[in-house]
Amino acid sequence: MSIKFEHVSYIYSPETPLEKKGLDNVSFKLQDGSFNAIIGHTGSGKSTLMQHFNALIRPTSGKIEIAGTTITPETTNKNLKELRRHVSLVFQFPEAQLFENTVIDDIAFGPKNFGYDNEKALASAKFWLKKVGLPEEIGKRSPFELSGGQMRRVAIAGVMAYEPDILCLDEPAAGLDPEARKQMMALFSEYQKEGHTVILVTHNMDDVANYAENVLVMEHGKMIKQAAPRDIFKDRNWLQEHHLEEPKSSLFATKLQNYHFAKLPLTIADLVKDIETNLKG
Amino acid sequence: MSKILIGRYVAGDSIIYRMDPRGKLLATIIFILFVFLANNPVTYLIVTIFSIAAVAATKLKPKVFWDGVKPLIWLILFTSFLQLFFSVGGTVYWQWTIFALSSYGITNAIYIFIRFTVIILISTVMTVTTKPLEIADAIEWLLKPLKIVHVPVDKIALIMSIALRFVPTLFDETLKIMNAQRSRGADFNNGGLVTRAKAITPLLVPLFINSLETAIDLSTAMESRGYRGDQGRTKFRILKWSNVDLINLIYFILLLGLLLIFRTH
Repeated sequence: MSIKFEHVSYIYSPETPLEKKGLDNVSFKLQDGSFNAIIGHTGSGKSTLMQHFNALIRPTSGKIEIAGTTITPETTNKNLKELRRHVSLVFQFPEAQLFENTVIDDIAFGPKNFGYDNEKALASAKFWLKKVGLPEEIGKRSPFELSGGQMRRVAIAGVMAYEPDILCLDEPAAGLDPEARKQMMALFSEYQKEGHTVILVTHNMDDVANYAENVLVMEHGKMIKQAAPRDIFKDRNWLQEHHLEEPKSSLFATKLQNYHFAKLPLTIADLVKDIETNLKG
Repeated sequence: MSKILIGRYVAGDSIIYRMDPRGKLLATIIFILFVFLANNPVTYLIVTIFSIAAVAATKLKPKVFWDGVKPLIWLILFTSFLQLFFSVGGTVYWQWTIFALSSYGITNAIYIFIRFTVIILISTVMTVTTKPLEIADAIEWLLKPLKIVHVPVDKIALIMSIALRFVPTLFDETLKIMNAQRSRGADFNNGGLVTRAKAITPLLVPLFINSLETAIDLSTAMESRGYRGDQGRTKFRILKWSNVDLINLIYFILLLGLLLIFRTH
C-alpha cells in the first residue's frame, strides 16, 4: 500500500490567460510507515504536490496510487471521503480552521465526519488533547480564547484524532517557540514509529536531518532528487546550486579544522559524539 | 469560480488600457444612458458599430467578451422571448390565446437583444481594461461633488480600496479553510439544501474571525504609519487626463449627436 506517483503534472487554470504550471512530470514512490520530508524553494511546487495526496486537487495528467485509491485526472469529487479518512493534511497555520464552541468539539469534528459515534469521538478528542500536551480543562474552553501556540496544538489534535494512516504536514512548527516545536516534532516522530506514514513539508533542515528517512527535493515544479538525508546533505556544491541550506550541525562540523569526521554529523547528538571521539583519539 | 469575468482585469496592451479610468467610467455611464435613445434600425446599427469598435480597440480575444456575455445569456434570451410573443401591434403573423407573433414583436425582440448585448459588452470593456484600484479612484473622483452635502468621500474611497485589496486575500483564505475542513471530512458539495447550509459553518466562522483579526491588525499598522483620519492626506496615485481621453469623450458626444439626428420622434 505504498504511495506511488506516476508522471504527475498539474496546471493551474488551464487554457486561460492565468495558466501556470504547478507540477511537471513528477514520479516517485514512498514506503509505508516511513518519515518523508519535502524540501525546496518557495514556489517550487511543494504545497501543490501535497494537495495531491488526498485529492484536494487532481492531476492534469498522470496517476497517483495512495491508500488503496487510484487518483487520475478523471477522478470525481464523489467517494473521496474514504481516501481523506486515511490521508490527512495539516495546512500551514492550521489554527485558522478552528470554528466550534469548545476545544473538545473542534477536535471531535473530524472523527464525527468519518463515522465515529459521539462517545468514541469525544474519547478520541480527549486522548489527543492530552497527546498534544494540553491540560484537560482547556477542552471546555472556546478555541478563540487560547494562545496562538495552543490553538495550533488543538488544530493538529483535530487532524490526528481519527488517526489517519498517512499524515501530511505543511510547516507544522512554523511560528512556534523552540520548546513547542520540539514537542510537536517528537509527537509526529512517535506517530510514525507506531506504523503510520508521515510526510513533512519544511524549510527547516535540522528537522529534516533529525527525523526524516527519505527526502524529496522540489524545484520549479519538478522533483530533482529523492534520497536519504545523508546523501542530500553530502554534496555542498549541489545544495548551494539549488539554494538549499545545511543542518546546523554539519555546518558546524565543517568549521572545525583538524577534526576528522568518519561521516557527516547531521544531528547535534552525532556531532557531540564525533567531537568526543576526536578529542579522545 | 475561475470563470466569473465581472470585475476581473485581464492584462493587455492597447490604447484603451492607457486611458484615464475616469474617462472610461464616464464614457460607460454615458453610453448606457444613450443606448435608450435608440429607437429605429439606423440608431441601433450606430450603437452596435460603436460597441464593436470599442471591443476591437481593446485588442483582446473575442472569447474574453463571450465569457462576459455567457452568464447572462438566459436572461437576454428570456427577455427577448417575452418581447417576441407578448408585444401587440403591426402585422400579426400568428396568434394562439395570449401568444402572438407580430412584426412589432419581432423588431422589439431584436432591439432588446441588441440593447442588452451592447450594454454588457461596453461594461466588460471597462472592467477588463481597468484595474480595480483605478476604478475605485475613478469612482472617488465622480463622488467628489457630494462633499458639499457632507458625504465622507475620502473615507468611502479608502474603504473601497481596502475592500478591493482584500478580495483576492479573502478568496485565498476561503479556499485554504475549505481545503482544511475538507481534509477533516467536511463535505460542501453533497446533501440537500439544509445539509449544505449547515456545512458552511466550518467555513464561515473561521472566515469572520479571520477578517476581524485582519481588520484590527491593519488598523493598528495604519495608525503606526501615521494615519490620522482623512484630514491632510496627499494622493500618491494621481490620475491624468490625456488627449486620448478627450478624443474618447468626443466620440461619445458624436454618438449622442448621431442618435439624436437619426432618432424618430
